[in-house]
Amino acid sequence: MPKPHGGKLIDRHIKKDLSETAKLPKSEINTNLAEDIENIAKGVFSPLEGFLCKNDLENVVKEKRLEDDTPWTIPILLDFDKQEIKNLKEGDQILLTNTETGLRSILNIDEIYTFDKKTLAQSVYGTQDTNHPGVANVHNMKQFLLGGKITLLQSKTRDFDEYNLTPKETRFLFKEKGWKEIVAFQTRNPPHIGHEYVQKTALTFVDGIFINPIIGKKKKGDFTDKVILASYETLMKYYYLKERAVMSILRTSMKYAGPREAIHHAIMRKNYGCTHFIVGRDHAGVGNYYGPYDAHAIFQEFPDIGITPVFFRSFFKCTKCDAVVNEKICPHEEKYHINFSGKKIRELLVNGQIPPDDMMRKEVSETILKFDKPFVE
Amino acid sequence: MKEETEGNKYTTISIPTPLAEKIKKRIKGTGFTSLSSYVTYVLREVISGSEEESDEAFSKEDEEKVKERLRALGYLD
Repeated sequence: MPKPHGGKLIDRHIKKDLSETAKLPKSEINTNLAEDIENIAKGVFSPLEGFLCKNDLENVVKEKRLEDDTPWTIPILLDFDKQEIKNLKEGDQILLTNTETGLRSILNIDEIYTFDKKTLAQSVYGTQDTNHPGVANVHNMKQFLLGGKITLLQSKTRDFDEYNLTPKETRFLFKEKGWKEIVAFQTRNPPHIGHEYVQKTALTFVDGIFINPIIGKKKKGDFTDKVILASYETLMKYYYLKERAVMSILRTSMKYAGPREAIHHAIMRKNYGCTHFIVGRDHAGVGNYYGPYDAHAIFQEFPDIGITPVFFRSFFKCTKCDAVVNEKICPHEEKYHINFSGKKIRELLVNGQIPPDDMMRKEVSETILKFDKPFVE
Repeated sequence: MKEETEGNKYTTISIPTPLAEKIKKRIKGTGFTSLSSYVTYVLREVISGSEEESDEAFSKEDEEKVKERLRALGYLD
């Protein structure tokens, strides 16, 4: 099992008497930031112990590494406006709260600083086009950043928490199962046959698979979180060996930063204890901002990342082979190929129709169609 | 080993000239743009294998709770 990123699994979750925080200045933050805090506190973002200070941010932007040279590609930042920092100074503590998650967390303010939005957007997203959702988010950020360590005091039970395992728990689970090599698969959709082939091809060479759906804010028309989890439960029940597959959710927002985000995703899975990470076509991409395999190429810059990427191009059905194949193993012309179109599958499901068996497992389709509202409205 | 600092970001390390020449030949036509980028790459790879491992053990009581949770998911017998 790989060591946690940076060598130490961070645990900044402590049970503390909340009355001790009564005198602290208080600020309500949004749910994405609250989830960042939970991920820092529970070690998902190890070795981060808090929000980035200026030197780390500058290094991440320019070098894709923290100031101490540890690979890190996505800035984890806490933004405040001028009014909010009016009575704050470096060295102060502030209580951060979020109603939706019930979060109560203390931030030790090490630094208050400003940043250049254009530089940040260009470096992380490779564009300044505000149609890119990540760039738009950067431009919507407030003017000041607060850097410093956080301590998570409290968060409330939320939907799907039974599947919300911490890195410490997954590492324990993998040891208990006797798995030495574990491949992680990230997903935001119910599985079609192409996904299953990718997963099983990777699983063939390791001890177990860690299916790790990203749960959280979604856009209209996306499958709901409930549907994604239920569809995977079904797939695992009927088509996976019980002793070879586990699932746990990850609450974090998608940044759509393509290659940089692929590295971030791999680091998180390393912290969960995985040795391998599946990187597909246009991983974490959006629109046409990145080349289809940019997220593969970027791994060459990180010989020290400590998790092995497993690169996949798309699987498709070849009518000549009469099998699910990929371009490395199928010699036939494109006219014989049928791609697994998520869009096509979605269209059929929207109309209450079961997609063909060679597109999606019948049991999975039926599970999805049992939901009155399988899509985000 | 002689070291010089350039600001706080980079340090110059001396290596034998014949070794440097061999590396220069080796990186021709690869993605490495300089001797420094290659040496940095190799050293990062070497050093990443020597990180210290943290103690991740649960207390006996917590371990039982975690096991119970994992059994409920069907992940442990």
